[in-house]
Amino acid sequence: MALLETKGLTARYGDFQALFGVDIVLDQGETIAIIGANGAGKTTLLRSIAGVLANQPNAVLFDGEPVGVLAAPDIVARGIAMVPEGRKLFPSLSVEENLLIGRYGRAVKGHWTLETVYNLFPVLKERRVNPGTALSGGQQQMVAIGRALMSNPRVLLCDEISLGLAPVIIKDIYAAFPRIREAGASIIMVEQDIGQALKVSDRVYCMMEGRITLSGVPSELTREKIHAAYFGVA
Amino acid sequence: MTWLDTIIQGVLLGGLYALFAAGLSLVFGIMRLVNLAHGDLIVLAAFLILVLVTALGLNPFVATLVAMPLMFAIGWALQFFLLNRTLGADILPPLLVTFGLSIVIQNGLLEGFTADSRRVSVGGLESASVALGPIHVGVMPVLTLASAIAVIIGLNQLFYRTSLGRAFRATSDDPVTAGLMGIRPKRIFATATGIALAVVTIAALYLGTRANFNPTIGPARLIYAFEAVIIGGLGSLWGTLFGGIVIGIAQTFGAAINPEWQILAGHLAFLVVLLVRPRGLFPRAVD
Ligand SMILES: Nc1ncnc2c1ncn2[C@@H]1O[C@H](COP(=O)(O)OP(=O)(O)OP(=O)(O)O)[C@@H](O)[C@H]1O
Ligand SMILES: [Mg+2]
Repeated sequence: MALLETKGLTARYGDFQALFGVDIVLDQGETIAIIGANGAGKTTLLRSIAGVLANQPNAVLFDGEPVGVLAAPDIVARGIAMVPEGRKLFPSLSVEENLLIGRYGRAVKGHWTLETVYNLFPVLKERRVNPGTALSGGQQQMVAIGRALMSNPRVLLCDEISLGLAPVIIKDIYAAFPRIREAGASIIMVEQDIGQALKVSDRVYCMMEGRITLSGVPSELTREKIHAAYFGVA
Repeated sequence: MTWLDTIIQGVLLGGLYALFAAGLSLVFGIMRLVNLAHGDLIVLAAFLILVLVTALGLNPFVATLVAMPLMFAIGWALQFFLLNRTLGADILPPLLVTFGLSIVIQNGLLEGFTADSRRVSVGGLESASVALGPIHVGVMPVLTLASAIAVIIGLNQLFYRTSLGRAFRATSDDPVTAGLMGIRPKRIFATATGIALAVVTIAALYLGTRANFNPTIGPARLIYAFEAVIIGGLGSLWGTLFGGIVIGIAQTFGAAINPEWQILAGHLAFLVVLLVRPRGLFPRAVD
C-alpha cells in the first residue's frame, strides 16, 4: 500500500483552477521529485497535501486513510511536514525557537530533537539565539528543514529548497538528505533544477499547467521526454 | 516638593492606565485587532467584582481572583465564536463589531445595574497611605502600579519564555505557516483574548476601588488605554507601561495647574508624542 497518494486531486484559487486531477504515489522510504516550469502547480500540489488548501476527503490518502479535508494542523499531527517555498521562517523567533515551534503542542517521539538537528546542521547551533531571518539564505533553509524535521514527519514535503542559493550551499543542504531518509522520512521534493531532481530521487513526476505530464525512474527519462513534458512540445 | 509629589502621583496613576492598556496591546500585537469594547469590558469586569463582593461577601482581591477565570472564559468565547469571524484583510468588520459590542455591553449593564454610580470598597485600604520619605502615597495606587509592573513582567515572560508565547509570536508573524507547524491560529487568538480579559479584571479591581464607576465610563478608559499603547509603540509591553505613565503624569500636572485640565492634558501629551514620534516611543523593530 502506498504511504501517500493523491487521486484526481484538483485545486483552485477562486475562479482559477490550478490543478486538474493530479495522481501521484509515494511509497514508504521513497524520495520522489516533482519538476515543472514556473506556475505548473507544484507548490499548489504540496499546499493541497499539507492541508493549506482544502480538498475532497478521498483526494489525498495517507496510510490508506482519507485526509483531503483535514486542515494543516491535523495533517502535521498525522506526520506530514512541509518545508515551504521561500522558507517562511518566523521573523519574531530566534533560530532555536523556529526549530522548537516545529513540534508545537505535541509530545513527538523519534529521531529528531534539537540535538540531532544541530548535529545535522552544526552551524545552526552557533547561531541559535539569532533571529531566524538574520541568517544567510542557506542557513535559513537549514532552519526551515530542521523546523519540519522537529515534528519527526513520516512524509517530508520540500518546496524548492535550492531556490536562490549558491551551488556549493545547495550541495551542503542536499548532503543532509541521506540522513533524513535514514531516520525514516519519505520525501516529496519539488525542484526546478532537473539535474538535482534526477540525482536525489527514486522517481520523478513532471507537471505542466496543473497536470502530470510524465513520470518514471530517473534512468529511464531522456532529455527529450522531459523537455516535452516540461514545455508541451516534442 | 509638590512637583515631586505630582510626578509620583502621575506615575502611580500611569500604572492604572497601563493596566487598562496591557490587554489591548496584547490583542493588537497578536492579531492586529482593535477592540473598541475594551473599555466596556473593563467596566463589565468591575461589575462582576462588585457582584461577587456584595452577593457573596468576598474580599475584593479574592473576588478578582474568582472573576479572572470567568473573564478569561468570556474572552475566549468572544474571540472564538464572534471576533475570529471578523478578522481578515479588511479592518472595518472588527471595528464595527466591537463598536456594536461596546453598545451592547453598556446597555446590558444599564439594564442590570441602572446608571447609578458604584464603588467597590476595600475596607479602609483606599484611604491608607505610606510615607516615601517626605511624600505620602496611597497604598492602593502603589498596589496598582505594582500590579501593572507584575502584569507586564508576567506577559513578557509568557511571550518570550513559553511555548504558548512562541505560538503567539509565530501566529502574529504568519498564520498560514503557523498552521503548518500544528498551531491553530483561531485558538491562539481565543487564548490571547482570554488572557487580555484576565488582565482587564485586574484593571477593573483598581478602577472600581479608586473611584465611582457606572456603566457608561468604558469608552473613556478605552481612549486612555489606546493612547498609552500608541505612545509606547505598538507591540512593546514595556512601552505600554511607559505610555500609561506619560498620560498619568500629564494628567496630574494638568490637574495641579487647574483641575479642569486633567483630562485635556493627557490627550495633549498623546498628541505631542504622536507629532514627534508617529510610531510611538518604543516601536517593535519588525514591521
Ligand atoms: N494564491 C494564489 N492565488 C491565485 N492564483 C495562484 C495563487 N498561487 C498560485 N496561483 C496560480 O496557480 C498556478 C500554479 O501556481 P504554483 O505556485 O502552484 O506553481 P509552481 O509550479 O509552484 O511555480 P513556481 O515554480 O514558480 O513556484 C499559477 O498559475 C499561479 O499563478
Ligand atoms: Mg512553487
